[in-house]
Amino acid sequence: MLEIKGLKVDLEEEEKTILKGVDLTVEAGKVHAIMGPNGSGKSTLSYVLSGRDGYEVTGGTAELEGQDILEMEPEERAAAGLFLAFQYPVEIPGVGNMTFMRTALNAQRKARGEEEMSAKDFLALVREKAKTLKIDADMLKRPVNVGFSGGEKKRNEILQMAMLEPKMCILDETDSGLDVDAMKLVSEGVNALRDAGRGFLVITHYQRLLDHIKPDVVHIMSDGRIVKTGGPELALEVEQNGYADILSEVA
Amino acid sequence: MAIAQKKQELTEARLAVAKIPESGGWLKQAREKAVERVRAMGLPERRDEYWKYTRPDTLVRPSTPSAKTFEAKDEEPMFHAVDRLKIVFVDGVFDADASDDLTLEGVQIERLNTASGMDIHWAKDLYGVLEAAGQDPVERPLAALNTALATDGVLIRVSGQASKPINLIYHHNSETSDATLHHVIKLDKGADLTVLENGPAAARFNKVMEVDVADNAAFHHVRTMGRDHERRAATHIFGRLGTESTFKSFTLTANGVLTRNECVLELTGDDAVAHVAGACVGDGDFHHDDTVFITHDAVNCESRQVFKKVLRNGATGVFQGKILVKPDAQKTDGYQISQSLLLDEDSQFLAKPELEIYADDVACSHGSTSGAIDEEGLFYLRARGVPKDIATDLMTLAFLAEAVEEIEDDILREEIVSRLEAWLERRRG
Repeated sequence: MLEIKGLKVDLEEEEKTILKGVDLTVEAGKVHAIMGPNGSGKSTLSYVLSGRDGYEVTGGTAELEGQDILEMEPEERAAAGLFLAFQYPVEIPGVGNMTFMRTALNAQRKARGEEEMSAKDFLALVREKAKTLKIDADMLKRPVNVGFSGGEKKRNEILQMAMLEPKMCILDETDSGLDVDAMKLVSEGVNALRDAGRGFLVITHYQRLLDHIKPDVVHIMSDGRIVKTGGPELALEVEQNGYADILSEVA
Repeated sequence: MAIAQKKQELTEARLAVAKIPESGGWLKQAREKAVERVRAMGLPERRDEYWKYTRPDTLVRPSTPSAKTFEAKDEEPMFHAVDRLKIVFVDGVFDADASDDLTLEGVQIERLNTASGMDIHWAKDLYGVLEAAGQDPVERPLAALNTALATDGVLIRVSGQASKPINLIYHHNSETSDATLHHVIKLDKGADLTVLENGPAAARFNKVMEVDVADNAAFHHVRTMGRDHERRAATHIFGRLGTESTFKSFTLTANGVLTRNECVLELTGDDAVAHVAGACVGDGDFHHDDTVFITHDAVNCESRQVFKKVLRNGATGVFQGKILVKPDAQKTDGYQISQSLLLDEDSQFLAKPELEIYADDVACSHGSTSGAIDEEGLFYLRARGVPKDIATDLMTLAFLAEAVEEIEDDILREEIVSRLEAWLERRRG
């Protein structure tokens, strides 16, 4: 599904290399987790994949189902099936949440040459998906993320994911700012989307999210590289011993 | 105080080519007094403080700069979906054939020209009177010039709830037209009226609207100024608000080489509410000036000024807004915001927000900002699949929303939003 080879990335504004050659393949139907200490480059990887400004790719490739995504505009990547659940979902005053989701959904459909969804069908779908995530009508009506609590913002991200049905989902620290109940709700939302045709890349500091979203593969990232890859037990090892042991072991 | 010689020459040059229309007793007097006011003040010049950001010369000079006409064939006429009484002016001349019959229950509508023949008329106490009162503390000579020279206009008196809005439509058909219209609107106690205005009116347009809102009356006003690129306009609204009355005005300006819209309101009765809002979108050779002066002279009144401007390709936006709270106007709630969205580095926004408060128990806030489109928001929309141009338009409409939401009526608000969407869509790519 997602194949990253030797990806090297610098910051555009300053001469600083963040990713120093990342190799990672996420297969359809699998959940991969990336763990790592602060500053290891996890969030940068998610931003570079989604097409955010401010980064310069100096080497390597990233392909989604064989398509080179690094040359695409952010909206083209989204239409191709890539979805980033933001660590800090952006507030957009003046744009209604529903308008936003409908515009996004239909823009993606249009880009793929599919028919746009009618207002009626959209409404029915969004209500159904919102219900399972305990998102009330008021949250749907309000401007995008404005006045939402941390938990509401993350639930709204998962709602968008459920509506857009991407092929490849990247979750950037989705657990940050969530209490136990909210984490459970968000995880259930993600688990409901697990599917043989869909890949997940879950970026997190902590093991606790992975108790709810069980990964198939766990990667440890440090200083711009994947330094260790293993099964779910690797996450438990981090939880018990911290990163220091693993990092000294691979150093 | 005598005015400077240059100003005097400029003023006399303008008055020399002016034809003061023949009119009857009360109107003749009002015009004569207005000419005196014009002479005492002199017409505006660039060095006048109140015209620091907007060059008045083309609005003042004797001859009209020519302006190509524009016909919008890609859109329905403005307010077409609204059941309304239409009063049409073409280059400032009343068009009886294009207008509806001027009868509306609870409303008395007359043309200025017809009413001026009478010896006595209710408009005598308002025509030029609110304008004259609005000359203090800041002079507005173009409004006095209008009172002196207005060739036509409507006098509207409302005694109850008007059954439908009155729509003043201004067509611009001549490239050299110089139109001067003056309307007087009087809402009696408890009356309710919505006035819609649309169209560019002329190559050069000078318009005054005096509105007297009696106790418990409500006046709503939605105006759009047409899509002509080369037109020029100087407009004034003078409003006087009684106890528990409401005055709400919204203006959409798209295009136009020069527009100066002044709004001068005095809240004279307790618990009155005044909202003045504007959204403008300018591309290229566009200069738009909103100058607002709201005086609180009664207890527990509320006023809001909400102005948003989207500027691109070197367009200029100006805002001069003032809230004056007199010593006895306790419990005043005043709000003023002026913001611009600059879509490139060539465009500019010049703002002079002012508060002058003499009462001690008031809540007044004001803010003015100027900025580019929010990149974070733009990326968020794009990351969800919204193409950049559509995302930019969504963000732009969102920026304008606070001003547009000042329009209470859903149909009117949606009409304005759809015009803005169309304007943005035409500029995509």
